[in-house]
Amino acid sequence: MNFDRELDARGLSCPLPILKTKKTLNELASGQVLKVIATDPGSIKDMQAFANQTGNPLLSSTEENKDYIFFLKKK
Amino acid sequence: MENQPKKMAIIATKGTLDMAYPPFILASTAAAMGYEVQIFFTFYGLQLLRKSLRHIKISPLANPAMPMPVPMPVLISSLPGMQAMATKMMKGKIKKKGVASLEELRDLCHEAGVKFIACQMTVDLFDFKKSEFIDNIEFGGAATFLEFAGNTDICLFV
Repeated sequence: MNFDRELDARGLSCPLPILKTKKTLNELASGQVLKVIATDPGSIKDMQAFANQTGNPLLSSTEENKDYIFFLKKK
Repeated sequence: MENQPKKMAIIATKGTLDMAYPPFILASTAAAMGYEVQIFFTFYGLQLLRKSLRHIKISPLANPAMPMPVPMPVLISSLPGMQAMATKMMKGKIKKKGVASLEELRDLCHEAGVKFIACQMTVDLFDFKKSEFIDNIEFGGAATFLEFAGNTDICLFV
């Protein structure tokens, strides 16, 4: 998937992946896509909840070799 | 979604390392999710607004749920140096597991616009000086808190 920015949140625990995601999204323009890589297993549910609450669509959520990879589109 | 942002109010009453985390974690995350957030710091919670947070500790005493490397009789936990040791252990674990430091979370709260209110009565009770606290906080009382809390979606006492 194409993306405009990548955020490496590996090794960080709750709530840092979400807080850093929010901060990075703030720097993007509407319609741009952010890729987030995290290792916190809690981030699977948290990222979905964050997307639901903030209205920034979660385009995909996958796991690759213990990395959780998310694509969020800035609303 | 409604135009009016959701709101959350938290009362932080504890000043130990473990109990300092929930208010800052929830407040920073809620702010990131678009909530308007206020934390009212009262009694021992007021310690969390001091400029340095190095004095925030955890004690294994009266805390039987705290995981220890070896089972520890209560009397041993009360020996001098045990609190410092437990705090050092916990801070080491926090760092190793990628959990944010209290200072980092507090800064993130501030950056995200979380409003901090210090309980004026506690400030007076414990003879704190306003200069001991971080900048950008307000001082107020129960009525100040309730005015905001009365219109929140989430209201927590920690």
